Amino acid sequence: MKRHLISAADLTREDALLVLDTAEELAQVAGRSIKKLPTLRGRTVVNLFFEDSTRTRISFEAAAKRLSADVINFSAKGSSVSKGESLKDTALTLEAMGADGVVIRHGASGAPHRLAGWVQGSVVNAGDGTHEHPTQALLDAFTMRKRLGDLEGRRVTIVGDVLHSRVARSNVLLLNTLGADVTVVAPPTLLPVAIDTWPCSVSYDLDGVLPKSDVIMMLRVQQERMNAAYFPTVREYSRRYGLDGERMAALPEHAIVMHPGPMNRGVEIAAEVADSVRSTIVEQVANGVSARMAVLYLLLGGSEPAIGKETP
Amino acid sequence: MVNAASRPDGPAEARVADGDPRPKAVLEEPDIRRALTRIAHEILERTKGGHDLLLLGIQTRGVTLADRLAGLLREVEGRPVPWGSLDVTMYRDDLRMRPARALGRTELPADGVDDRVVVLVDDVLFSGRTVRAALDAVNDLGRPRSVQLAVLVDRGHRELPIRADYVGKNLPTSMRETVKVLLAENDGRDAVLLGPTGGAK
Repeated sequence: MKRHLISAADLTREDALLVLDTAEELAQVAGRSIKKLPTLRGRTVVNLFFEDSTRTRISFEAAAKRLSADVINFSAKGSSVSKGESLKDTALTLEAMGADGVVIRHGASGAPHRLAGWVQGSVVNAGDGTHEHPTQALLDAFTMRKRLGDLEGRRVTIVGDVLHSRVARSNVLLLNTLGADVTVVAPPTLLPVAIDTWPCSVSYDLDGVLPKSDVIMMLRVQQERMNAAYFPTVREYSRRYGLDGERMAALPEHAIVMHPGPMNRGVEIAAEVADSVRSTIVEQVANGVSARMAVLYLLLGGSEPAIGKETP
Repeated sequence: MVNAASRPDGPAEARVADGDPRPKAVLEEPDIRRALTRIAHEILERTKGGHDLLLLGIQTRGVTLADRLAGLLREVEGRPVPWGSLDVTMYRDDLRMRPARALGRTELPADGVDDRVVVLVDDVLFSGRTVRAALDAVNDLGRPRSVQLAVLVDRGHRELPIRADYVGKNLPTSMRETVKVLLAENDGRDAVLLGPTGGAK
């Protein structure tokens, strides 16, 4: 049976908890002198990155290497893609090299889904267009669980450019699966049309939501995807939807501040907030390796994948 | 040695009658307690008082046994003996034969395994493959001075050159039989069951 991780909705509650528990055990490996497990020896993981990425690509590479898998890195720049090779032909080339797992980041929403139909191995979505980024949601849930315990009934507020954010969609879906109450806060222009179909509540008033949040997750304002005037000025956006020290003081005592990175300091998050003790931003990066190790182990470690969705 | 022959429900060497599907208890709670007490004394004898000792229980029932052994050693020597748990799933050689499994806890005392006399503790010694995985796992955790092995039951049929240093009960079995260790902490009662067919253990 072929199984993939393309959407956070592919994970049942049991699957998601299995990934988080596994990640917790694997996090210990980072503290050892020998940061390596022999589990995926002889398996090949291809990192297929059609879009720029620092932390996700490095994180997946570190995760695969810590499990002793062979890693082939592929980025669109400097490859035959710039000569006009299609996604399918690229996929078939990789297939011929015998990839057991393919990690794909692509600018087009749905690319991993298409890829899953073409290759033999398991496909892991590392971010597709404005669609989904399930491993980011897993590492965020892992970080929340570490700081706050069980997520059942926890109130999570996601603030910012929800329209262009694959992180927001994956987080809303996964956190809903895990029993958390999610609220998204954004200017009306930065909410997707079908936001009413998402399993979350919507607000335009950040200050009203802050005192009722256990977690506040700031999203990056994606300047590179903004081809229209979504808000008048950056300054106005920052005033109404940015998290500064004053707003952080309105949060409950135990609340944490998250950001998937890369940050625009001074736009959606003030430097003093990003560097405060409540911020989990650096922790999220470290947790990313553990969460991705768990996903790779559960998909590729056994005779067949233990999580994810069957081939479409 | 454990003497179960006096009990009315059958001697330790009792074989399950052909066609009888019910597992038979070959060790009961007092037998297990006596076997562990003897192992505790043997460990102290072999390690000359148990200095630098570290008990590592292999998930899951080995951990319970390591906990109990640590308690017994403390009773005898009057000082605490460090113990931890080891999950060997990621080191198993049969990972590719079954779907990926959930992991158990690996927990070590703060001092780690370096320069310690590590005693691996498990419930049943069978093919020896779990112990091989455990040796690899310990190797990645540090460099112990030596590694020894304590098991509650040795049922034979080794597939690797591995033997136990401390054995609670040697239990000759056929490949078709199953040996199941029950412990109060995990299963509600203490017993070693010998059954006619079933899983690996």
